[in-house]
Amino acid sequence: MTVQTSLTAQDFKSDVKPIWCPGCGDYAVLSAVTKAMAELGRPREDIAFISGIGCSSRIPAYTNVYGFHGVHGRALAIAAGVKLARPDLTVIAAGGDGDGLSIGGNHFMHACRRNVDMTYIVMDNQVYGMTKGQASPTTAPDWCNSKLTPEGTGISPVEPARLALASGANFIARGFAGNPNEVARLIVEGIHHPGFSFIHVLSPCVTYRPEQREWKNVVHPGEGDPSKAIAEAMQRLSTDDGYTTGVLFAGTRPAFMPARHEKASMAEIEGKFLS
Amino acid sequence: MTAGQVLLDAASKAGFYGLMTRSMGPQIRGGEAAALLRISTRPISSLDDHYDLLVAFDWGNINRFAAELPLSADSLVLADPTHGAMPEPIAAYGARAADLALKDIAATIPGGRVNMVGVGAAAALIGLPLDAVLQVVTTQLARKGEAVLAASTAAIKAGAEAAAALPATARLPEHAHDGAPRWNISGNEAAGLGALRGGIKFVAAYPITPATEVLEWLAPALEKTGGVLVQAEDELASINMVIGGSFAGLPSLTATSGPGLALMTESLGLAVASETPLVLVDVMRGGPSTGIPTKSEQSDLNIAVYGLHGDAPHVVVAPTSITDCLFTTQWAVYLAEALQTPALVLSDQAMGQSRIVAPQPQPAPFKAQRLVAEGGLETYQRYALTDSGVSPMAIPGTPGGQYVADGLEHNERGTPSSQASDHQAQMDKRADKLSTFDYGAHWADIEGEGDIAVITWGAVSGPVGEAIERAKAQGMKIRQISLRLLLPASPERMAEALAGVRRILIAEQTHGQQFTKFLRAHYDLPAERVVVNRPGPLPIRPNEILSRLLAWK
Ligand SMILES: Cc1ncc(C[n+]2csc(CCOP(=O)(O)OP(=O)(O)O)c2C)c(N)n1
Ligand code: SF4
Ligand SMILES: [Mg+2]
Repeated sequence: MTVQTSLTAQDFKSDVKPIWCPGCGDYAVLSAVTKAMAELGRPREDIAFISGIGCSSRIPAYTNVYGFHGVHGRALAIAAGVKLARPDLTVIAAGGDGDGLSIGGNHFMHACRRNVDMTYIVMDNQVYGMTKGQASPTTAPDWCNSKLTPEGTGISPVEPARLALASGANFIARGFAGNPNEVARLIVEGIHHPGFSFIHVLSPCVTYRPEQREWKNVVHPGEGDPSKAIAEAMQRLSTDDGYTTGVLFAGTRPAFMPARHEKASMAEIEGKFLS
Repeated sequence: MTAGQVLLDAASKAGFYGLMTRSMGPQIRGGEAAALLRISTRPISSLDDHYDLLVAFDWGNINRFAAELPLSADSLVLADPTHGAMPEPIAAYGARAADLALKDIAATIPGGRVNMVGVGAAAALIGLPLDAVLQVVTTQLARKGEAVLAASTAAIKAGAEAAAALPATARLPEHAHDGAPRWNISGNEAAGLGALRGGIKFVAAYPITPATEVLEWLAPALEKTGGVLVQAEDELASINMVIGGSFAGLPSLTATSGPGLALMTESLGLAVASETPLVLVDVMRGGPSTGIPTKSEQSDLNIAVYGLHGDAPHVVVAPTSITDCLFTTQWAVYLAEALQTPALVLSDQAMGQSRIVAPQPQPAPFKAQRLVAEGGLETYQRYALTDSGVSPMAIPGTPGGQYVADGLEHNERGTPSSQASDHQAQMDKRADKLSTFDYGAHWADIEGEGDIAVITWGAVSGPVGEAIERAKAQGMKIRQISLRLLLPASPERMAEALAGVRRILIAEQTHGQQFTKFLRAHYDLPAERVVVNRPGPLPIRPNEILSRLLAWK
């Protein structure tokens, strides 16, 4: 850990202009992320911010930390590599519902169970924004506004927080882009929590899902104690409407980090080949 | 496998050199398997045309791999008469045969096993000192206790005694240990060691035959030297974890085989575009699809060279022998880091899963040395255009160096850009840094002279070398060019290497002549040429090359 710095959220923003549509929820997530980074009190160079591909995945370029804008679906794998290689860094991954739960769904499950100490923000707009409005794994089955699935997908959506819990995530929270201060607080809490923390952020796509502007009227704070046993959280999330915000689960599993030793010289290792 | 291992180790003890490849069936455990050995008084890097002695412990599934056990009329086949008559595909070789009552002999010894009886008989027949065999067994079985050791020793001795009644076979000459240190190593272990020597500190990978041993060797070795190996959930994860590890500053590597390489190609493009160094060891097996997982082929060449989307210059190198897996992998680490690009190492099952007893390899100077950005970063540009095309890379933790690595085309700063001029400039940069780099003499192993050249690569280099030696003994002059650096191509060096050459033979282990087509695409070749190619798993033998060469005599 480096000494406390007095950087502001603004110091964590870059001068690159976002490509996002006016009104996109992702702007508020950017504000929340930079606010959270400032609150951590770490210098910019000690944070790595990793993403995949999608509107939401553009976010690292708009910050002033070390970033990686990778390929579609693999943000968590890059982020795990960064953290396993450099445990001293604070590692944050971010991306969309398609990036994290469809093409990257396998990595999501394994990141939850591997429990590397990093934080993953999914900016969920229940649509593929970047490719102009197709259904994602969180889209309702009867959403008919995509030319690709004009009759709707007919497939029930996955609820990210439930999936995270079932997969073994150690910290699960949900926020709403309309309340960036809460999102920032959840991100900071997630970063401080040991192991893998998952922050599900409802982030409206005003272009392809304009009805999501109504989310501000349906989100509500959660009840119940997130630090209770997993069985209780399972029970609670199984009936959750998907719009509860706050910390949903806080587990006690220790973070995964392979041990490193310097206990052998190359001569010892190579000596085994002498015959 | 144990029997083969004992004989190879004993040969080494007694001062010989040797090579052991294995042929495995598809069974997970048990099933047919053959240990294929060649023992010699001097270092070797190829199997011979045929085997002098075949000890058959049973004939199970022999039809499936008899073709991999070529015998001559002088060869001797030993089999237990209780296993029945010699199966047709072996009998067809016309070799001599003799009965060896493996089971009966083993039964006379409490705990005696047929494989040790076979070891004793084989050692005695070929003139491998019994002392050496017993020494090896004593070390290998020390952990298993007195009883097991005693049973094995007795079985080996009984086998050796039984050999007295058997017909003679090719024998090793009397030979004293020359005292020079030698190594007993597999190609996969050598690749792992090359990675370690080169400075690899982070490995992420997903198990796959025949690459897993690279990882199994690296896991404890890395752990003991301050590095880390993680088992990823799939190859998409492993390649991206490696990209992350490298971005974070550690020289990073993954190992896989064809199916895994196919999954990794999208992200290899990311490493190219984001200029993230990494090493990928691909131990090739029979393809396409799941193909023949346990047996060798050189057919990942196309995907390694051409498999990335977009124009994606990268490095592809290939070891020219089992021991060279060490040098070439170490070199690949150096190249990847120096050039900030992915370097693919194309090894194969024939090298990876074979063991060699060879002179101790010379140390090579190659170490990961990345050009990093350290101070004065006020105006830092990650993808700055430089003379060499390589730009200083800021490692997370370096104040002022913050940038976003990107697979989107970008400008010098790293900001995404779809502008024609940025695309052109960054494409030029990524191509030029590879094409202007000095790869030195390591681009190929070149030996011999004359107006005939054999161009080959990888595991086929061994039999080619042996064929050329034999042709030389018959008065021919032939040059051998074994490519180590496949990408980027080195047309000038090749032109030099081919100066005065009128005819070429190209030898490769593919069905579709991938290497030949690759050479034709990148090099000016003499018009008069012959191609010797075959898919796996039957290795190309020295005499096949020799007979083509002799036609040019
Ligand atoms: C391998 C691959 N397949 C498809 C795409 C096309 N693609 C880009 S972004 C995207 C979906 C993004 O959706 P989401 O992750 O929800 O992000 P959003 O744009 O909604 O923020 C797709 C399918 C791609 N870039 N790469
Ligand atoms: S398409 Fe939707 S998600 Fe993408 S920037 Fe526009 S509003 Fe945001
Ligand atoms: Mg989305």
